[in-house]
Amino acid sequence: MATRSRDMRTGPLLAPAVGLLLFWMIVPLALTLWFSFQRYNLQNPLVTGFAGITNYKLLLSNARLWVSILNTLVLVGSVLVITVISGVFFAVIFDQDFWGRNVARLLVTAPFFIMPTVSALIWKNLLMHPVNGFFSYVSRWLGLPVVDWFVQVPMFSIIMIVSWQWVPFATLILVTAMQSLDREQLEAARMDGAKGFSMFWNITLPHLQRSISVVVMIECIFLLSVFAEILVTTSGGPGLATTNLSYFIYMRALLQWDVGGASAAGVIAIVLANIVAAFLIRTFAKNLERE
Amino acid sequence: MATLSLRNVTKSFGALEIIKGIDLEIEDHEFCVFVGPSGCGKSTLLRMIAGLEDITSGDLLIAGQKVNDLPPDERGLAMVFQSYALYPHMTVRDNMGFALKLAKVPQAERDVRVERVADLLELRPYLERKPGALSGGQRQRVAIGRAIIREPSIFLFDEPLSNLDAALRVQTRIELARLHERLGSTMIYVTHDQVEAMTLANKIVVLRDGRIEQVGTPMELYHHPVNRFVGSFIGSPKMNFIKGRVHSVSDAGVEVLLPGGGTVTVPVSAPAIAAGDDIDLGVRPEHLDVDDAGPLAGTVIVVERLGNETFLHVEISPDLILIAGADGACPLQVHDRVRLSVLAAACHVFAGDGAALPALARHPLATNPI
Repeated sequence: MATRSRDMRTGPLLAPAVGLLLFWMIVPLALTLWFSFQRYNLQNPLVTGFAGITNYKLLLSNARLWVSILNTLVLVGSVLVITVISGVFFAVIFDQDFWGRNVARLLVTAPFFIMPTVSALIWKNLLMHPVNGFFSYVSRWLGLPVVDWFVQVPMFSIIMIVSWQWVPFATLILVTAMQSLDREQLEAARMDGAKGFSMFWNITLPHLQRSISVVVMIECIFLLSVFAEILVTTSGGPGLATTNLSYFIYMRALLQWDVGGASAAGVIAIVLANIVAAFLIRTFAKNLERE
Repeated sequence: MATLSLRNVTKSFGALEIIKGIDLEIEDHEFCVFVGPSGCGKSTLLRMIAGLEDITSGDLLIAGQKVNDLPPDERGLAMVFQSYALYPHMTVRDNMGFALKLAKVPQAERDVRVERVADLLELRPYLERKPGALSGGQRQRVAIGRAIIREPSIFLFDEPLSNLDAALRVQTRIELARLHERLGSTMIYVTHDQVEAMTLANKIVVLRDGRIEQVGTPMELYHHPVNRFVGSFIGSPKMNFIKGRVHSVSDAGVEVLLPGGGTVTVPVSAPAIAAGDDIDLGVRPEHLDVDDAGPLAGTVIVVERLGNETFLHVEISPDLILIAGADGACPLQVHDRVRLSVLAAACHVFAGDGAALPALARHPLATNPI
């Protein structure tokens, strides 16, 4: 509203910044689009020229693409479910007063500050390694068969690693939200007879709803592009078991040197991200409006 | 409907004792107001009755049953909070029906009861709205409705009007008084506003530092405060206190020597007071009159005109400033010299320890002490 009452035209003043951002965004997008319609393979510089929709045709008829899209959705969906549930759990726990709460909070937050490659290496070599890993040590000690995580349950392992990195984020946001829960409201609910689960379900969870939407939206953006964890641990394998869309594009562009095909896959990834975004905004935008 | 008894109830937070032994009986249908300065423990006491704070020692009885260890929802109470504490994600209907829902009352019966209460509080048009879309007064009514719907034996109010603006506060106060008459339930009400206390209560409990100073009807507290604290707390503007000395003691009362040299004979019985003792003379502003023959002489330093009456702040000496009530048409101005007379029959005499000497005659509105 305030801008409407201004006498000055602010357009020209904003133009340089907006123009720069637009340029920044539009050039890579336009180039990607352009390459996706080209025959452009670095291993075969003699084949050039306009390809029409061949790149797309080849991709969309390639089962690998569909597998990687499915893997992407499985990864994003599972990590979201795990992080939101654990985040709510930790938020409720850390809202209680207990001895050592500050240390526990620090420990729960710590994984967020470890870079993805490092945390993937920690999981791969220190925890999940079938010979030297802590998990295998524990299962041997218990007399159970040793699990070779990245071979037997590769997607599950990736989901664990990524969840471990993102639980702190969900926890941080939701703990803050818990602190803004009106104490008198809780007391009123106690007077009304709410306790334990009915209190959580009727009062706490609705209060956290808005923050949960924020967590889901932000995590979605980052989880669609998970890459380092996969490169470091499984390299997309075994087979295609852990190849998500961003890893698929990487393979096209930098292992097969097919710039045209990779660009087309990039465009498909943009479309997928937009579908997810539209879905998210439909579902959650209502929550974000002020009540 | 129920009575409530507190038997030597105390509350400590660690080593800090907040409530220092309260004995109190609240009768059926009574409107009881806890009043006192900030930090006196009145809210804590209410929360202990509600079950939101546990009781360190002593007994809390509702209708003769000891309820110390019962959870809040099983005590048959309902509470209205200062911030209303409505559930923001629920409609007015769900807010009011929440307790019933948790008690597994069927939907149809719930709707009937919600609508009956909504009619009582004129909330019918707002049932499908969320609290965020209501005005302060409407939210207040929803909070009251949420309490009424449970048909509690005792209502608890924790400073329910303090978030409303002045005009709405007066209106809601009247609505509360009418509601009490209509429902006939026992109500316990906490406030620091003595006007609310005076207008609503059948029984006022004045608290200070976790102890009861006095329990009585509003007029009893006003006309017969048991000590200096109650005298100064009840009444606005505050009671004036004049340091004086006992001149003589007789069957007619105590003759007090005033700072200007005059004397006034206050009809109180004084078995333990003798001539020469230092006492405080308590005089309410309306009992000081502008009177050229009065014993107190001073200068007007502030004139507060309220229209129907005027309060004169009169400096008798640098350490004694009295507030006198005068007619709304009083022509006096700042810096005028005035003389004040004292209505001796309405004065109070407080001994050195602050305790009031008992009056020889009870005020007609305060004849039956509780």
